[in-house]
Amino acid sequence: MAILVDENSRLLVQGLTGREGGFHAEQCLAYGTKVVAGVTPGKGGTIWESKDGNYEVPVFNTVVKAVEATGANVSMIFVPPAFAADAIMEAADAGLPLIVCITEGIPTLDMVRVKQYLAGRPRTRLIGPNCPGVISPGKCKVGIMPGRIHERGHVGVISRSGTLTYEAVAQLTALGIGQSTCVGIGGDPIVGTTFVDVLRLMNDDVETHGIVLIGEIGGTAEEEAAEFIKAHVRKPVVGFIAGRTAPPGRRMGHAGAIISGGKGTAADKIAALEAAGIQIAASPALIGETMARTLAASRQPSVATRG
Amino acid sequence: MKIHEYQAKQILARYGVAIPRGEVIESPDEVRGVVHRLGGGTVVIKAQIHAGGRGQAGGVKRARGPDEAEAVARQILGMKLVTHQTGPQGRTVRRVLVEEALDVARELYLGLVIDRSSGRPVFMASTEGGVEIEEVAARHPERILKEFIDPAVGFQAFQARKLAFGLQLDPRQVSEAAKLFQALYRAFEATDASLAEINPLVVTPDGRLLALDAKMNFDDNALFRHPDIRDLRDTNEEDPLEVRATNYGLNYIRLDGNVGCMVNGAGLAMATMDIIQYAGGRPANFLDVGGGASEEQVRHGFEIILSDPNVRAVLINIFGGIMRCDIVANGVVAAAKSLGIQIPVVVRLEGTNVELGQQILRESGLNFTVASGMKEAAEKVVAMAR
Repeated sequence: MAILVDENSRLLVQGLTGREGGFHAEQCLAYGTKVVAGVTPGKGGTIWESKDGNYEVPVFNTVVKAVEATGANVSMIFVPPAFAADAIMEAADAGLPLIVCITEGIPTLDMVRVKQYLAGRPRTRLIGPNCPGVISPGKCKVGIMPGRIHERGHVGVISRSGTLTYEAVAQLTALGIGQSTCVGIGGDPIVGTTFVDVLRLMNDDVETHGIVLIGEIGGTAEEEAAEFIKAHVRKPVVGFIAGRTAPPGRRMGHAGAIISGGKGTAADKIAALEAAGIQIAASPALIGETMARTLAASRQPSVATRG
Repeated sequence: MKIHEYQAKQILARYGVAIPRGEVIESPDEVRGVVHRLGGGTVVIKAQIHAGGRGQAGGVKRARGPDEAEAVARQILGMKLVTHQTGPQGRTVRRVLVEEALDVARELYLGLVIDRSSGRPVFMASTEGGVEIEEVAARHPERILKEFIDPAVGFQAFQARKLAFGLQLDPRQVSEAAKLFQALYRAFEATDASLAEINPLVVTPDGRLLALDAKMNFDDNALFRHPDIRDLRDTNEEDPLEVRATNYGLNYIRLDGNVGCMVNGAGLAMATMDIIQYAGGRPANFLDVGGGASEEQVRHGFEIILSDPNVRAVLINIFGGIMRCDIVANGVVAAAKSLGIQIPVVVRLEGTNVELGQQILRESGLNFTVASGMKEAAEKVVAMAR
């Protein structure tokens, strides 16, 4: 199973003919993802060729034409920030069920309008923006994460970060713990899919046996995740929160990573997650080990009924 | 991005928010003319710095007539103002706002931010004006009225009236108040603000409503479409190293420890600061050199980190991802050589060709310590910084 993307995903890349879009489309193709179309207004009718010369993908002027011609069912967006909100809405208008927006730097008020637009299209799910994307190891990669650090398995990973997620995944893989699906939800204040949305999917996914949740300072998404886990999730969950040493009132790289008005501290989030029975990795070097220990403990019957 | 109070007031006034009459000056010699133009009576002289708590720190004072005003202006201009938001080093006051003093019957609070959970702007209003809203939120959350705004249609008149009646304004003031609230929303939306706050909004005994203090912050991601607002940036209010880093396109935040760190990716950069503390040290900075960690970015990163005299050792933590480690290592070596780096540098690389990358670092003839894993890297760099 896995969630969101798998062998049946047919990927369309908005911004395929750009430098970033082309580079990462080639990486996705090399991983085995079916990249069926590109969209670049004005370049419709041309064929995009990968740098290594191994792949060719048809380019269309509009998303709707690309979907009609190729049956694409996932879009990955590499459009520059000023035009990315428009690209997301175009993909939603074409009826795509899944949109993964990699672009960083989209104005917040643009995302407010996008969120409103998507509210009227419940069949479309947006992942991101400002995220590394989604990978179901061994099946499909839609994003910019390095495929080789992943291994097929049964732990789901959800994160607001990019390279920190790779760090966690590499630790899991090194310990022989494979992943069902890894989802980067993005580091912006407003994202299409929240921790709770992904937790719900992973909780229902029979292939996912445990979950790693990587949060950071700012907002209340981790607190909301903690409430949901307490009420609904019966799978072992390990958490890590980045930014214990972050000063208040400063944006730590990600637009959403800021402690404001004393709210959104790492301490608050860790307390909320611990109160929900989640195992917290005290150091970022211990995420894999904490998951290994938690999985081992959950296999013992007395602990499996943890509630 | 932050701006000064007088700049926020000028923006709000453009959208129809009433503000007290006043002028900004940079020299005490200018104050008499301003007092004269304001009618010669009592004025309020307000230090213009990007931090709250100015009043308690002695940066906001009343003065009666031109003589007293000049004395107060001389005192405030050039002073180092230390408030709970400036840190112990304080901020030098380069400008003061001289305003007519108003009689105040009531002080109210108005604020607009983006509510992250709902993904919508939220308009907050409270009868508890003139105090920090965080305190009101902690002690009397029921005294904060909220209206969530549908971005498709904007802030509606009925919502403005609900807030105005909720603030127990005199029915005769409600329509003026509703207009002012809508003007505040228009200013927030049109400028891509991340915060627009009037605290306090005062009601005068004769029933007028004016923004006695105002604060606006802007979404950095939207500045590309607001060159007029970008021009309001005052780099005197920022750490000089942070200003330099911004010019290089780097995300750098100065902290007070002695372990410099350079990392690719914001989340990993925060986690690296955390693990330095976990290993018993203190990070000197946050620095995200970007996903690719190119030679140029690494060199600029080194320049910035090493300009902080507190730094005793540097930790470079790069998760190569799709970037090859040998390329990253070559970049690190070239940057370190061109800058002639003397202090110990611990490098942790992860990704494709990691062995080759480590070999390049070891054979560079430079003072590099190669670590495998974040834990080892943090422990080594903390030991070297001692």
